[in-house]
Parts: sequence; structure tokens; C-alpha cells
Amino acid sequence: MSESEKTLPLDGWHRQLGARMVPFAGYQMPIQYEGIIAEHRWTRESAGLFDVSHMGQLIVAGRDSEKALESVLPADLGLLQDGRLRYSLLLTDGGGIIDDLMVTRRGDHFYLVVNGATKEGDIAHLREKLPEMVVIDHMKEQALLALQGPKAVEALARLAPGVEALSFMTGGAFQIGGTAAWISRSGYTGEDGFEISVPARSAEGVAALLLDQPEVKPIGLGARDSLRLEAGLPLYGHDLDGTTTPVEADLGFAVSKRRRADGGFPGWHRIVKEIEEGTITRRVGLSVEGRQPVREGAMVVDGEGNEVGRVTSGGFSPMLEAPIAMAYVPAASAAPGTAVSLAQRGKIFQARVVPMPFVPHRYHRKGAAA
Amino acid sequence: MSVYYTEEHEWISVDGDIATVGITDFAQGQLGDIVFVEVPQAGAQVQKGKEAAVVESVKAASDVYAPVSGEVVEGNQALVDDPALVNGAAEGEGWFFKLRLSNPSELEGLMDADAYKAFCDSQ
Repeated sequence: MSESEKTLPLDGWHRQLGARMVPFAGYQMPIQYEGIIAEHRWTRESAGLFDVSHMGQLIVAGRDSEKALESVLPADLGLLQDGRLRYSLLLTDGGGIIDDLMVTRRGDHFYLVVNGATKEGDIAHLREKLPEMVVIDHMKEQALLALQGPKAVEALARLAPGVEALSFMTGGAFQIGGTAAWISRSGYTGEDGFEISVPARSAEGVAALLLDQPEVKPIGLGARDSLRLEAGLPLYGHDLDGTTTPVEADLGFAVSKRRRADGGFPGWHRIVKEIEEGTITRRVGLSVEGRQPVREGAMVVDGEGNEVGRVTSGGFSPMLEAPIAMAYVPAASAAPGTAVSLAQRGKIFQARVVPMPFVPHRYHRKGAAA
Repeated sequence: MSVYYTEEHEWISVDGDIATVGITDFAQGQLGDIVFVEVPQAGAQVQKGKEAAVVESVKAASDVYAPVSGEVVEGNQALVDDPALVNGAAEGEGWFFKLRLSNPSELEGLMDADAYKAFCDSQ
């Protein structure tokens, strides 16, 4: 283990469970336990437990914190009710994406979950951009678990009664085995499920309680990546970066209606212009012919073999048993059904633009049947 | 029949002048779930140390280098059709290709089973 890789609160627990550990986002993280495909399918059929403690959990509090956050995010926080969360973006002045995140209104403060690999930069950015009256607390003492899959609600409700009443993108304070937990109905797999924030010192006990439930198995980062790809969810640093804008990335939904009209967030001019006039390239889903995966870095090419776009995530879908990918393609080729050619290691692959998600989302939305 | 192993985690089972080549059980365990395999076709010439086949797991693509030189006499079509055979039977039904050795002296210096096991333990 390199000294630059830190360990997470559940490090020993993962090793006891037979995880293969790899460096990720500056930490030693479990890539897999019994195997990526088995873990992937288990999550889609039952419930998978993920340790995502590498992610950054932040509190933004203080007078005018709502107004301050609106100066860095394109979200309409005025519409965000207590105990609700939404997906948002940190943006550069040019409209590029610094990070994607979840923001929750929790009483008198906001709770943000940001990516592990970008959290230090995000915190520096927020400290620079937000007024001094606004307090930013990086909750390094909190661990974060995710329980995802159609049986997650059964398993978690046994330990934390009441979570079954949460709907998608809402959260609340609960107890699990005597530990205070913030639980939201959200995740990164396309399945119904929960994200569970607990003190690091109690994380092993909570993880053990969850794993004791017959529906639950531990799931590594490998399946986390294949699950989010099937769900059509972008991964920062791969599908999104400082050079991609929300409109190019097909994340226009993260720019709220009022904010489009009134602005007051970084990159507003460019983003509004792109919403009205379109962009040169756009993030789409691709279904690739044959069996061979086309991976991040492969080129999208025109008839003459010139590069006109780039594959940003690609792999083999365990549910579709076929290769799938996300790519930036010219806007003229972004409509579902369009044929595109890809080049990887000197070989040409045929693919077709398809709507995302590749595998339908099964979120527990408010008002939907249980 | 003799079985040899390479530091690139391939096995070569030699019967007369025909060698069957695959990746080891250790290698499949490291790669994880195999989702795609490409093998050379009969008649192809492969050269020791040069790419001869491709194996892809959920996570990554890897080249398989020819451990010895020769003319391919058969690629394992069953493996192409069901790449997970490598995970279940890497050193049996999950073989990649058979070739006619053009230079049997290339086998000298390869490891036997005991030496290969020691090599894996030291990794």
C-alpha cells in the first residue's frame, strides 16, 4: 500500500469479507468481493451494501447560506423543502462542471455529498466563493453507506422503522441499532434504495447489522460502476469534467427554471445560450454491436475516420449481456437510432444511439404504488 | 504430455509438436468475470512474445501474448461463444488456441507447475 493512499473506517471489515482492495480517489477501496457480475445482479434482484465513505459530506450553514449556495449552484433552493434533496453542479465561470453533487435541506442548514476524488477542491472552491458568514464543515468523522436494490426497503425498515415512508429524493433522521443516522432514499444504481450517513466509529456495527439481513450482500466499486452505467448516470472525471457543460452533458434538468431566467450562478450566459441554441456535442448512450466492450477513451469517428467525439464510459452490461457506452457525439448524431462508428485500438465498432437509462430506473417515487 | 507456464500467466500443454495455450487459473482470478475473448484462427502464424489473443473482463481489456511461435491449428470457438468458460475452467475447456510448434526450443526456460506456483506466491 502506498503511503499516499488513506484507509477508510471500514477497511478491516472489507478485508475480512474477502474484498480485493484497490487504490481509488486516494483511498484503499473494495473493487469486488465474490465477483462484479454476481454482485451487480444481486443488487438488481435483492439488496447490495456499498461503502462510499470516500465521498465528501459537507455542512453549509449560517445566515444567508441558501442565497450563498445559489451563487455557486444552478439549483432553485427556494423550492427545496426541508428533508428533500436534489442533484446539482458546481460550475466554473465558463459553465464547465467542477463537480456534481447532492444537496439536501436539513432544517437550518444544507447537507452536501460530493465526489471523493474532488472533495478537497470543492471545499477550497466553496471557501473561496461563499461569504465568510457561511460556515463550511467537512464532516470527516462521518461514514457513508448505500443500500441499493428492490429489497433494500424491506431490509432497512427492519432496522430503522419508518424509512419505508420516505419517497425518492427525501431523507430524515433515524436510529439504526442505537446509532443516529441520516438516511435518504437515493443512490447511484437506478434501483430503489437508501444512502446512510453514520458516525465513522459506529460504521462497522451498522454495516454488520445491515449485512446480517438475508437480502443483503456487500458490493464493490466494480459493480457500482457497471450499475451506474446501466442506469445512465454520469461519473465525474470520466463523463463530466471542467470542459463539459451541463447542456453538453445532458444535465439541463439540474438548471432550475427560475435560475435559467434570472441567472446569478457561474456560467449562466453560456448555459442559457446552449439551452437555446444547442451545443456542438452531446452526451448520449450507445448500444455497441457484437460482444466486445468499447471503453473510455475510444474515439467516435466519421466516415473518413476523423475523430468527432469520444467514449467517456464503456463496458459490458450484465443485465443486457451486451456492450454499452456513454459518449459525446456531434449534436447531429445525438438522436436515438442514429448509427455511429467507434475506433478502439485500430478496430472499428458499429454502435447505435439509444435512450438512457439502458436499464429502467425503479425509484420509489412519491404517490407511486409501494 | 508436458505442461509449461510463463510469467505472463499462460499455460502451454505440449503433445508431440502440438501445443495448447490458455491463461492460468491464477490469471482468470485476477481478471475477474470474463465477458469477451478473441482467439486467432487456424492458419494464422503467431510469434513468441507477440499479441495472439484478447481477453476482456468487466473491468479491462488484456492482450494474450503467444508464449511460443507456430502456426495456429485451431482457435477455441466454444470459448468465443461463452467467454465465462475461462472463469470456470481456465486450464481445461477454457483453452484459447492450439498451434504447431515451429521452434520447440522456445519451451526451454519456461516454468513447470511447481516453479509457477512459487512464482505466483511471490507476486
